[in-house]
Amino acid sequence: MRRYFGRKLLIYALTFVLAVSIDWMIPRFMPGNPIRNMLARVTVATTAGASQALYAYYSHLFGMDVPLWQQYLNFWVSLFHGNLGISTFLFPTPVSQVLLNAVPFDLGLLIPSILVSWWAGNKFGAFAARSKWLDNTVSPLGYVLTATPYMWLGILLAWLLGIVWHVFPIAGAYSFLMLPNFSLSFIWSLLQHWFLPFVSLFLVGFGGQAIGMRNLIIYELEADYATYLEALGAPRKLIRDYAFNNAILPQITGLALSLGVVVAGALVTEVVFSYPGIGYLLLNAIQNQDYFLIQGCFLFIIFGVLLANFIIDIAYVIIDPRTRRGMTGGTA
Amino acid sequence: MKKQLYFLVALLVAATMVLSACGAAATTPAPAPATVAPATVAPAPATVAPATSAPATAAPTAAVPTDLPRNETIFISGAAWGPASTWNPFQPGNLANTSGTVGLVYETLFGFDPLSGKLFPWLADSGTWKDDSTYDLTLKSGLTWSDGQPLTADDVAYTFGLGKTDTALWFNSLYTVAGLTGVTATDATHAEFTFTNPVYQQWDNFLYNLPIVPKHLWSTKTADDIATGANANPVGSGAYLYLATGQDRNVWQRNDKWWGIGTFGTPAPKYIVDIRTSSNNVALGMVLQGQLDLSNNFLPGVASLVDNGYAATYFPKAPYMLAANTAYLAMNLSKKPLDDPAFRKALAFAIDVPSIVKTAYANLVNASTPGGLLPALSRYDDTAVQASLGFSFDTAKAKQMLAAAGYKAGADGFVTNKDGSPIKLQVTCPNGWTDWMAAINVISSSAQAAGINLVAATPDQGAWNTALQSDTFDTTLQNNTALSNTPWTVYNALFAHPIVDQMQAGNFGRYNNQAMFDAVDALGRVKATDDAGEKAAVSKIQTIMLTDMPVIPLWYNGAWAQWDNGPTAVWTGFPTSSSSSAPTYPITWSGYWQTGGLQTLINLKLATH
Repeated sequence: MRRYFGRKLLIYALTFVLAVSIDWMIPRFMPGNPIRNMLARVTVATTAGASQALYAYYSHLFGMDVPLWQQYLNFWVSLFHGNLGISTFLFPTPVSQVLLNAVPFDLGLLIPSILVSWWAGNKFGAFAARSKWLDNTVSPLGYVLTATPYMWLGILLAWLLGIVWHVFPIAGAYSFLMLPNFSLSFIWSLLQHWFLPFVSLFLVGFGGQAIGMRNLIIYELEADYATYLEALGAPRKLIRDYAFNNAILPQITGLALSLGVVVAGALVTEVVFSYPGIGYLLLNAIQNQDYFLIQGCFLFIIFGVLLANFIIDIAYVIIDPRTRRGMTGGTA
Repeated sequence: MKKQLYFLVALLVAATMVLSACGAAATTPAPAPATVAPATVAPAPATVAPATSAPATAAPTAAVPTDLPRNETIFISGAAWGPASTWNPFQPGNLANTSGTVGLVYETLFGFDPLSGKLFPWLADSGTWKDDSTYDLTLKSGLTWSDGQPLTADDVAYTFGLGKTDTALWFNSLYTVAGLTGVTATDATHAEFTFTNPVYQQWDNFLYNLPIVPKHLWSTKTADDIATGANANPVGSGAYLYLATGQDRNVWQRNDKWWGIGTFGTPAPKYIVDIRTSSNNVALGMVLQGQLDLSNNFLPGVASLVDNGYAATYFPKAPYMLAANTAYLAMNLSKKPLDDPAFRKALAFAIDVPSIVKTAYANLVNASTPGGLLPALSRYDDTAVQASLGFSFDTAKAKQMLAAAGYKAGADGFVTNKDGSPIKLQVTCPNGWTDWMAAINVISSSAQAAGINLVAATPDQGAWNTALQSDTFDTTLQNNTALSNTPWTVYNALFAHPIVDQMQAGNFGRYNNQAMFDAVDALGRVKATDDAGEKAAVSKIQTIMLTDMPVIPLWYNGAWAQWDNGPTAVWTGFPTSSSSSAPTYPITWSGYWQTGGLQTLINLKLATH
């Protein structure tokens, strides 16, 4: 057991170092210079000499007046101090602060939408499999949903439910007439604004999970053990339960693999609904070449996806006896 | 096995709830002590940025409202493009997300009215040049900071003095360029500025752009804090107070003890909610929903909304919007054949500006005059020079000029360099700037029609900006000719000098002509009261400019402003071209509150239905 997790942790650590290094490198490969972009926003009358002085000042402030290799080392040192640098786009706010203010909104969207769509999708897919009526109606719908770009679905929902029917707000995290407070009306407002982005993430995820589960159940129902059970006269529900238990394993793996896509989808959805979170920040960070904010946003994504994968690894140990047997075999 | 699965799901759900609870904690603060006013609006105390935490020393003791009454609140948008990051009035480049910092909270000595082109006194009562190198400023009496302290000439002297030593402050150029040598407060309401060889025109620009900060709070700050600090909970002298900030909004509350209520009047909305929309599409949707009272976003389809009565703009028909700055084509003058004035002039004639106005902007803008000055500054234009040396769209004439200058058509129909080598040029703008992207397509196709092989390209903003500053572009759109009180600002940006390694302030094409630089400097040193002198100096600049054609002025980007005037509109009294009273410039972007933004709010009235 310890060896299994030891090995897993080592792999995660290596992935982390590699991913974070790439995360550091990529923005720096982009043509352009973040400090010049930041200073270009100063539209008031300045002169050549004055802008030179400003450039020197900010270069030093952002630690970009040293060689690249040293910047890389400095980056790791400050990362271990929990210092992600200062955003140029949102100067002078530290990146860690920017993320702390934004990430709760991401988690509030992502975690429920991933879990609920996974749970509901699997339940529904299993239910729909081999039921002619449902299979003919719901499966095509699932295919359409899962193939829908997040952004497009979001725009459609915003237009229909927001602008045409006035049922839901189309922008913001809570009513623009409210200041955050602990009251029922505020929480209700939070929920109202949260609903549409959540639904667009949920629907796409739901379609994918339902399709996957439906196909797996059909496959399982054709396996020898199912035919044997059927021959023994086992009740239909029992057979389907066994099939479900076997089909859930690949679905968990699939969930782990799809996390990156879901996170990316959430970022786009946030932009569509003008919802706070790192989606819109990341877009701006890239446009403004804000190295530090780009790094910070991706660090959150890397960390989140790795953590979720690790949780899924643990889950595997719990639900798949073969993994456990393999481990005991390994340690024995 | 199934039980284990459920156990697992339960575990995950539990983990989720814990995480969301943390999340909720960071967005919805604990019922913070009601007396700590501004702090309660920030996300949970434990996780708050320095920028949003610590209550101001003079926090109002009144309880902070949790719900803003709609009939006391104005929703605006178009200024902010991200969460608030700073309230430091000395960081003009970073104030877009808290645009009210200058104008609503911190005030300037003068304001500027872009419609009349004149400065008007704000904190100042008057300002005059006592002699050629001494400027006397008289403040209004009875000015106060929002913490109750009096605002005196001492604060003015302190603020202007900061730029003397600190090169990290943008107004250091007051001393290095404008010629300021010192400032002293002679009594509570009088300050004296001494100059050597002053740039009068630039000085006037500073008068309405440099916000005054309170000495009693700022003198304890370190130099770095003054230049780069976030200045949370700003204490200013203005009509509004900082109330709250969120990821997608800034909330300002009216300062009912504002000194200016007697002078200017009371701004109608008690609360301003400045909304960050993630795209212009969202802003458009919110306008349609009646969720935005005043939108300063560029909404491409707004003309049809106005025509159908869903929204209103300054002009009831084209161009709908007031002008904000001049979009021009910058050309890299070190590149063949752009180094040839004859070629550049032919290009100027080749560009189909009427089509840009019509297709890229759906008639929301007007074409620029050849001199490039905004309508507000048109009184300086030398119309005779523009008529004789200017240009207008004429493909046949462009072809003729190319032929006359010795550019012959190659095998592909496009003209070639004089040595026979092919010409292939790019016209660029940042990717995602949709109106400009449409415009460069028109520029490209109309230039091609005249035989110039000009193709459109849209690099990322960062790459575009770097190419611009380091002289590696061919031709590109630019508009760094911000709204100003003086043509000097415009020409000093177009022909910034000296030419240095990285051109940040303008003159991206690196037009190197000492005669022009001298003409621009000479204009800067003409007193703002000397109208004839200003006109003569501008005439000289326009003559050189239209002879050499180092840049091609194309159209006026709009001061985008549309407001709700439907049956559910909350506010009425927005400025229009047919207003009976003096209309104001209805813009809330950073740096525009003191050019009419606040006046617009003062003139508003609650709509009655």
